[in-house]
Amino acid sequence: MSDNAKDFTPLGRTGMAARVAQDIPAGWYVNLGIGIPTLVADHVPPEREVVLHSENGILGMGPAPEPHRENPWLVNASTQRVTIRPGGSYVDHASSFAIVRGGHLDLCVLGGFQVARNGDLANWSQSASDVGRQIGGAMDLAVGAKRVWVVMEHVTKDGRPRILERCTYPLTAARCVSRIYTNLAVLDVIPDGLAVVDMVEGLSFDDLQARTEATLRRA
Amino acid sequence: MIDKFVRSMAEAMNGIRDGSTILMAGFGEVGAPHALLDGLIEQGATGLTIVLNAAGRVQKPDEPIQGIARLVELGRVRKVVTTFLRSGSVAADAVKAGRMEAEIVPQGTLAERIRAAGAGVPAFFTPTGAGTLVAEGKEVRDYGGRPCVLELALPGDVALIEAWAADRWGNLTYRDSGRNFNPIMAMAGRLTIVQTHHVCDLGQLAANEIVTPGIFVDRVLHVAAGDPKLPR
Repeated sequence: MSDNAKDFTPLGRTGMAARVAQDIPAGWYVNLGIGIPTLVADHVPPEREVVLHSENGILGMGPAPEPHRENPWLVNASTQRVTIRPGGSYVDHASSFAIVRGGHLDLCVLGGFQVARNGDLANWSQSASDVGRQIGGAMDLAVGAKRVWVVMEHVTKDGRPRILERCTYPLTAARCVSRIYTNLAVLDVIPDGLAVVDMVEGLSFDDLQARTEATLRRA
Repeated sequence: MIDKFVRSMAEAMNGIRDGSTILMAGFGEVGAPHALLDGLIEQGATGLTIVLNAAGRVQKPDEPIQGIARLVELGRVRKVVTTFLRSGSVAADAVKAGRMEAEIVPQGTLAERIRAAGAGVPAFFTPTGAGTLVAEGKEVRDYGGRPCVLELALPGDVALIEAWAADRWGNLTYRDSGRNFNPIMAMAGRLTIVQTHHVCDLGQLAANEIVTPGIFVDRVLHVAAGDPKLPR
């Protein structure tokens, strides 16, 4: 059961981000969430034109600036300084979320705590009784984007599954996830369950099922 | 002659009453009316409802308590309406201790509630938040086969705005990601107060570049605030 097994190597954060980036075609408008999703941008080759959206009103966001070329007026949704590409534009917050909620984004990539077999997503809180609550734009993105992909570790730090029959944490949105990228596999959420798209080399279907609460289907 | 410029912070803050709802723009440190917030702290109004994207970061031990955290610490805030309430922040501690209420709202719903207020739309249905804690106690109806939550417009008695440039009619421009909540909060405030980096003569801001027309603006104060800082 341990990931220390010698016959396969789980992907790291960079590997997961690169795997997601592989599947994003030119011409898509994409919002990348906080954490591993943010790293996806580094793995989309510059010649492949993908337009990145940031909730605080940026379309055509570029990478982090070189140290001496920082613009203090230009930050992303994580309030890190970024750049804007030629062709980029700024909008106010209501228009920015009209982009999100109006179904204009081809894709949103979000981090997750848990995903259920039916595509339910929990990614903003680990307990309904927490005083601290950080929803940000996650609920809008999960409901509004044409596709929602989640990228996360396959199991928790202490080895419990994150891909479940039902989420136990408070939901971000119901039935919103279409694809799950983990450090072990890529899974599609299909009408009757979860289909395995691919797995890291050396991992067997049974190994993967053993780390997943929801029942998996072979591709 | 229309002249919306005020000459002092006291004049800018004049008449803000106890119990007011204050819309406070900004995303991170960018486009945030820090000087006006300091002015509000000085002005003394209490029992306030503060609407802002994020209710403050977790305070570092050596850091002076300022901004929204200061207003909360002074006991002047009855309620925050926000998308981020961070555990361990002054605001979250006040909520935990029962000294303040917090309403946590999805960011798009927050923006749309503010926009709706400015546009005269009293309420709207949205699928965002359906089936989550956010929908608790709210009317839910199906539209197009999707459950949608009834959300109410969120007007402000006061809106605090940071502009890049302004003229005496109150026409405003913004800089880069400093636009964020500013244009919609300016529309939704009954009393919209602006701090601006630059002052322009009438006609100097071209009609094509004005983002917020002066009809939404009541008072403008020139504050050469300098560049936004990175979060400490």
